[in-house]
Amino acid sequence: MDRSEILRQVASVLTGELAVAGADVAPGTMLREDLGLDSIDLVELVTAFEDRLGRRVPEDRLGGLDTVDDVVTLVGELVAEGEGVSAP
Amino acid sequence: MSASVVVTGMGVVTAAGVGLDDFHAGQLAGRGTARWVTRFLRPEQADYVAIAGEVDLPEALALTPRELHRVDRCTELALVAAGSAVDHAKLDPAQLDRTRVGVVIGSGMGGAATYEAGCRALHEHGARAVRARTVPMSMLNDAAGSVAIRHGLTGPCTAVATACASGADALVAAYAMIVSGEADVVVAGATEAPVVASVLAGFSRLRALAKPGDDPTEACRPFDAGRTGFVIAEAAAVLVLESESHATARGAERHARFAGFGRSSDAHHSTIPHPEGVGAASAITKALRSAGATPGDVSFVNAHGTGTLLNDAAEAAALRRVFGPRLDRLPVVATKGVTGHPLGAAGAVEAVATVQALRSGVLPPTANFRVPDRALGLDVVVGAPRPTDAEFALSNSFAFGGHNVVLAFTRA
Repeated sequence: MDRSEILRQVASVLTGELAVAGADVAPGTMLREDLGLDSIDLVELVTAFEDRLGRRVPEDRLGGLDTVDDVVTLVGELVAEGEGVSAP
Repeated sequence: MSASVVVTGMGVVTAAGVGLDDFHAGQLAGRGTARWVTRFLRPEQADYVAIAGEVDLPEALALTPRELHRVDRCTELALVAAGSAVDHAKLDPAQLDRTRVGVVIGSGMGGAATYEAGCRALHEHGARAVRARTVPMSMLNDAAGSVAIRHGLTGPCTAVATACASGADALVAAYAMIVSGEADVVVAGATEAPVVASVLAGFSRLRALAKPGDDPTEACRPFDAGRTGFVIAEAAAVLVLESESHATARGAERHARFAGFGRSSDAHHSTIPHPEGVGAASAITKALRSAGATPGDVSFVNAHGTGTLLNDAAEAAALRRVFGPRLDRLPVVATKGVTGHPLGAAGAVEAVATVQALRSGVLPPTANFRVPDRALGLDVVVGAPRPTDAEFALSNSFAFGGHNVVLAFTRA
């Protein structure tokens, strides 16, 4: 899964499960300032990918998420971990 | 307590109308508004009483999907009612000392739908399936906190939970904030969103709910000889209570005066009212004393009037204890025939109804009252709206837990 596909999925969770509307979700979009997310939204956003990928994110990573690109990077790491462990 | 407190704004959302005009029209129409609840199961599949009063929020008032991601229906209804009340009062927080504006929002159940969904997720899929917002969305004080956040009100903010007396108790708490000098203005009321399968099932198991019959709108029949129980309903109502001096200083219109209150506990049983209405009578007497009034001053009573056998009998007994032979000619109105019973929100909804009757000079008819229960001996307003020159009215709220709260209002 490349970064553009991950970005698409992050945007999908934001507009779907978190019901964020009317905002342009681009790599540089600020999660708090532009999208109005709070810390609970970040938990929900990350949980959505944890559940999809069967991985866990250490809680101290949430504080470092400022932009959509940061989330894409984090999800990319989860994908890579999963591939490293469970590649057929 | 003698400080003067006035009502300067009201907002209401009920199954019988959203907004003051629609709600008043719904009361005057005098028809029940309950319908089959279809959001969980088809009614014929449900082994609980599947009728309720549901609020149809106009799109312009409803919260956005993004906002609803963060709050339960219970808080949504409170936010809509509070927003309407603040507008109606022409309250501009930017022009006020916001540290002197309080919030009290009561509820019996809080975010029950959210809590039920969390429990279901936990048991079906495990703890990680429980939404991170389960606690803040279901906690009983979320409506109060959300109203304060929405309007930037930084005075005292609290919630009260006394089941079906919560709305009346919220107004008492607001009144106390003002007369104690803690606040100049309080945005106060209550909310309930109990159309939740576990709540419907729970009240069904208590055998407290009305038999639906063929037409749900005819199920709730307060004080009728054939009454069979109450009908669960959604609703929220919020009033702006304000010290008279503050209202005068900002040129606010007064819709009524909060004249006093009386409270008591039955100390008898969790769900059964004292059969002789001793506690309820005590609360009524205290409300009269608080307002400096006598039984002869009361122009009408907005009854708790749920349509259960036990409530209506105990309430009639309480009224007879206080009013004696005068009760034969004292108009009694039961709003729940029209709205259903919005549990914790009822006292606030009926405070609005009481103020509207005082202001309009019209007592709305009690829905579905066909055969008088002679044992009760009440002059229930029925059939058509009844003109009144009422100056002073009481609104009764009685609750599971034995809480009795009676509010007194006069024309402004």
